Amino acid sequence: MVLRMSATTFVTADVPFTDSGNTAWVLAAAALVLFMTPGLALFYGGMVRTKSVLNMMMMSFITMGTVGTVWILWGYSETFGPDLGGGLLGNPFTHFGLKGILDQIYGYVPADAAAGTAAAGGIPAPAFVAFQVVFAIIAVALVSGAIADRAKFTAWTVFTVVWSTLVYFPAAHWVFAFSGYAADTGGWIANKADGLLFGGAAAYDFAGGTAIHINAGAAGLALAIVLGKRIGFAKEPMRPHNLTLVMIGAGILWFGWFGFNAGSALGAGTQAAGVWVNTLAATCTAMLGWLVVEKFRDGHPTSLGAASGVVAGLVAITPACATVSPIGALIVGLVAGAGCALAVGLKFRFGFDDSLDVVGVHLVGGLIGTLLIGLLATKGSPTGAAGLDVNEGLFYGGGFSQLGAQALGAFVVLVFSFVMTYLIGLAIHKTMGFRVDETQESQGVDLSEHAESAYDLSGLSGGRFGSSGAISTTAPTAKTHEGAKA
Amino acid sequence: MKLVTAIIKPHQLDEVKEALEAYGISGMTVSEASGYGRQRGHSEVYRGAEYTVDFVPKVRVEVLVDDIDASSVAEVILKSAQTGRIGDGKIWTIPVEDVVRVRTGERGVDAL
Repeated sequence: MVLRMSATTFVTADVPFTDSGNTAWVLAAAALVLFMTPGLALFYGGMVRTKSVLNMMMMSFITMGTVGTVWILWGYSETFGPDLGGGLLGNPFTHFGLKGILDQIYGYVPADAAAGTAAAGGIPAPAFVAFQVVFAIIAVALVSGAIADRAKFTAWTVFTVVWSTLVYFPAAHWVFAFSGYAADTGGWIANKADGLLFGGAAAYDFAGGTAIHINAGAAGLALAIVLGKRIGFAKEPMRPHNLTLVMIGAGILWFGWFGFNAGSALGAGTQAAGVWVNTLAATCTAMLGWLVVEKFRDGHPTSLGAASGVVAGLVAITPACATVSPIGALIVGLVAGAGCALAVGLKFRFGFDDSLDVVGVHLVGGLIGTLLIGLLATKGSPTGAAGLDVNEGLFYGGGFSQLGAQALGAFVVLVFSFVMTYLIGLAIHKTMGFRVDETQESQGVDLSEHAESAYDLSGLSGGRFGSSGAISTTAPTAKTHEGAKA
Repeated sequence: MKLVTAIIKPHQLDEVKEALEAYGISGMTVSEASGYGRQRGHSEVYRGAEYTVDFVPKVRVEVLVDDIDASSVAEVILKSAQTGRIGDGKIWTIPVEDVVRVRTGERGVDAL
């Protein structure tokens, strides 16, 4: 979504220029969003058992390496390059290696003498490239929560490259590529024009309820089914090993999410500020909603519930933050917090081991936020306040048109992601194997996949019990493993 | 000589230690333990899923004593560790053949 700035700089010649305030905010927001991925690593890492915390964190970390690389090579071009037709995919070769991008300016609005408006500065294209890559990174990392404790790390690494290329970049093109911003024709969910799939949905998804959360949630469900349940699922207690990490992670996610949502204004103005407030509002009520459900259902409000409610609220307000009022945001959060708290139990009923509730939080939260826009979209929102048009939702007398657009976008992303991810997961499972063997799983994937253990709390011998004194420095032949004698 | 071993609730440790010191015991070994007796474990709820945690945290206190002190030491621990609620633990006493103080090589009662 592009925000028209009320710039104070007047230039006579119509040469695109950048606005330093907008540029500074987008660059800072990009850094905030990158920080969410280590935050997610803590959030997820604390929830698994001691024997797989490093692997859990590495599954998030590795996406910064793989997806970041792929983004520069072809990901950006595939997402925001010239549309190949129907609003389905950008051309991955046009801007391969970010060719022809560095000197571009996006979001510049020329002066309009008839309307009496001054020109408004845009942002350098690389700032947009930076802001969007961190979205791609965390979208892929989110999926990993569904397959905790049992995935082969190399298989996951391959998956991050294939999934981002075949699932995330297309979906991001549909939702985030606005016609006339980075390329003339954008994606079919964001825009409405002849020639796009279904003539374009023009659904509102400000920061990625569909492209990121419904997408990652549906992918998590598919992978959980491909890999199967963990040994002992629903029989043995699989307690979170460190809830303090989970709460720190949730705090970092909340912090970074202001960059995620308010940064999506791609400028530092009225819309961004309103979005910031809505992002806070929904998260507050979502935490309360989750805790109230716990208090009545389980007897105790828990720290895991508070952290989960925060994330559920952030997920749900992600698509809605620009097109609902602050009261609307409070409602979105409350529905998401209570709804997700009830949804996380479904995996036991249906018998799929979505270990850290990617489905219950991201798919369900993403659907709640995306669909509620159809009811709650209003001109009394950050977008309306910025002077841009809003197609109002059902509760504001706008009828069913926006709700239909929201449902179409959500449904197609859900089905596309589930089917594609299932096929990709199955292909990897049948060729290289996606799951460790039973012994490795029982001993823990930290040891089998990384040859490390997360915690050394023993004071004996200055370190762990039974560690050998002779450490070889020649790495390839080093066989001195701690605990080998144990 | 006897070895008196007590499994107690972790938060009773300070009271037991003070009671033993007041009685005149000059040393003990304490380790963290987990387990269950007749009270079984407790339940915890994570995201609505209830888990029964069988092994609850306990502290194991071990004291080496002369034969004549054994029953009184057990009594001291009993009094100081008892809360009257479920899960207070157990105390048992077993004979010890020999004891050696590593620093001096003293043996038997001298090493206590």
